[in-house]
Amino acid sequence: MKLIGKADFSNFVDDLIENDTREVIGVQAKSNKFAFDPLGSSEDLRLDYDVTILPPKKYFMPQRETLVKYNTHEGEMKPVNEVIPRIIIGVHPYDIIAIQQMDKVFEETHSDENYLEKRRQSVLVGVNMKNASDWSFADTMGTSTTESGYDLMLTDIGEEYAVEIGSVRGSELLNQAKTKLNDVGMEEIDKVKQFKEELPEKFRSDPKFDPYELPKLLYEYYGKDEFWEENAEDCLSCGTCNLVCPTCYCFDVKDVNDITLTKGERLRTWDGCMLEAFAEVAGDENFREEKAARYRHRYMRKGRYMYNKFGDIACVGCGRCSEQCLPDIADPVEVFNQMKEGSDEI
Amino acid sequence: MKSNDSLFLPEQVRIIGQRELTSDTKLFDLSFENGQQLNHEPGQFVELSIAGVGEAPISVTSSPTRGVPSFELCVRSVGNVTSAFHNMKVGETVGIRGPFGKGFPVEELKERDLLFIAGGLGIAPLRSLINYVLDNRDYYNEVNILYGCRKPCEQMFEDEVSNWARRQDIYHESTVDYCPDEACWEGNVGVITELIPGVDIDLDNTYAVVCGPPVMYKFVLQELEKKELPHDQIYLSLERRMKCGVGKCGHCQINGAKEELYACQDGPVFNYELIKGFEEAI
Repeated sequence: MKLIGKADFSNFVDDLIENDTREVIGVQAKSNKFAFDPLGSSEDLRLDYDVTILPPKKYFMPQRETLVKYNTHEGEMKPVNEVIPRIIIGVHPYDIIAIQQMDKVFEETHSDENYLEKRRQSVLVGVNMKNASDWSFADTMGTSTTESGYDLMLTDIGEEYAVEIGSVRGSELLNQAKTKLNDVGMEEIDKVKQFKEELPEKFRSDPKFDPYELPKLLYEYYGKDEFWEENAEDCLSCGTCNLVCPTCYCFDVKDVNDITLTKGERLRTWDGCMLEAFAEVAGDENFREEKAARYRHRYMRKGRYMYNKFGDIACVGCGRCSEQCLPDIADPVEVFNQMKEGSDEI
Repeated sequence: MKSNDSLFLPEQVRIIGQRELTSDTKLFDLSFENGQQLNHEPGQFVELSIAGVGEAPISVTSSPTRGVPSFELCVRSVGNVTSAFHNMKVGETVGIRGPFGKGFPVEELKERDLLFIAGGLGIAPLRSLINYVLDNRDYYNEVNILYGCRKPCEQMFEDEVSNWARRQDIYHESTVDYCPDEACWEGNVGVITELIPGVDIDLDNTYAVVCGPPVMYKFVLQELEKKELPHDQIYLSLERRMKCGVGKCGHCQINGAKEELYACQDGPVFNYELIKGFEEAI
């Protein structure tokens, strides 16, 4: 662990913006919320944010991404992988853990270079959570801190940031800016320890479940149709919970022609399992026609299926879905608590 | 996977033959531009890719034992990609990704009595296995083929069907749900499940391989249940709208209480014992 003064850190960030060939991304205020966006100055960086509107997955799996360019006139198809190397500053631990989960998805069996190359070309500068959103339950999910997945991890200990170096790349980043680093003493180590000890107070106190009970609870509740119908009753099938989720990655693939109608691009766009047509096939057959079935599917994905496949609970407790759901029915804590309370087994 | 880095870049294949099977269904014979082979297993599918229109998952209808290096797709015109494909002519090229998924268990089926049940377009994937079995006839025991369509003009592969009827080593029945007065039809009239009681089923040795629309599965499975055919001796091929073919896009997930299946990776061919607990499966 090293120490960097806050003014030195600002200089470090400004130096990166000015001299590094990579795009520098940082968390910034966006009206009364926060968002990851390209940084113009260290002054815009808000490392005290609570949560961003969208998770940083948009940099590895953009909302719209070209996979193939074609020219039907010449019968030509070319693979496309538009990679912008980036330094992403201010990623919270739960988002880092979500990114690690997504890495497994895109590496598994058929490795998806469009995602993976963007990951390889990105440097993640994490920050421990100074503030948490009212909806966050990251401590319950065990995602309020992380020991891996970052290149650098900052902790705000007052006048300085304590910097944990997570990779050679992270260390190189500090060196290239000739940043003044100090060694930590016992006092600073205690401050970091204290910061982490105080973390739980920042989160919601209402979760009554343990994340590792979720696979079992979901198995028990799978067939309880009434439970899902009641919880999904007000669902608008808008897919917002999918869009803002750091571990949702389902996508659609479609062709978009330019005005010549002979050239165009095959795009990957975000899709969501809560949207009505998600499981539709030719001939109007829809294998997940009921909103309750779609609602259940999302929970099964987060709490059981991904766990079965990769050993991860795919809800990191960021609270984005809870906050942004218009009819206010997407809060996982609410659903998981109900399960826990009604369970006959646990 | 093929040699290119992108999961999404199709290989170019040329349409070398095309024929109309019914008013809305055509059979395409396709051959790789660079002479390579598809190397598919019966029951696998490819992503058919038409630049400017999109992609659609289509099962390969030809058996790998026939016509190599070319392969056949049987395509009904129901959406953007399939209707654009129907408008293409011999000599034109399209893209193919794949083959993907798990096909029929040709090894497990060896030495067994086989009962093929195809409904409508379900004959397309099943034909890859039927012809595979007929080309390796000595390895398989009894062969029963039941094939049902809505009406006589929807029956496909007539030459092959009449060959099944002629052969002594195949038991075959065709049926139509209804037969208009003006149609010429010598087969049965009635739903396909009515043909199942007539089949000699050996509970220790018969394997049923079923392919058709979701509603057909329901009734065929009920009928096989009456015959007490063990569930692990039934295979089904399921349809989903796979967008990627490689287990990423999420569209073909089939959820169940214990786990979820990806039709593109775990299927499209499934053992009924495995999927019967999955309410979304059929």
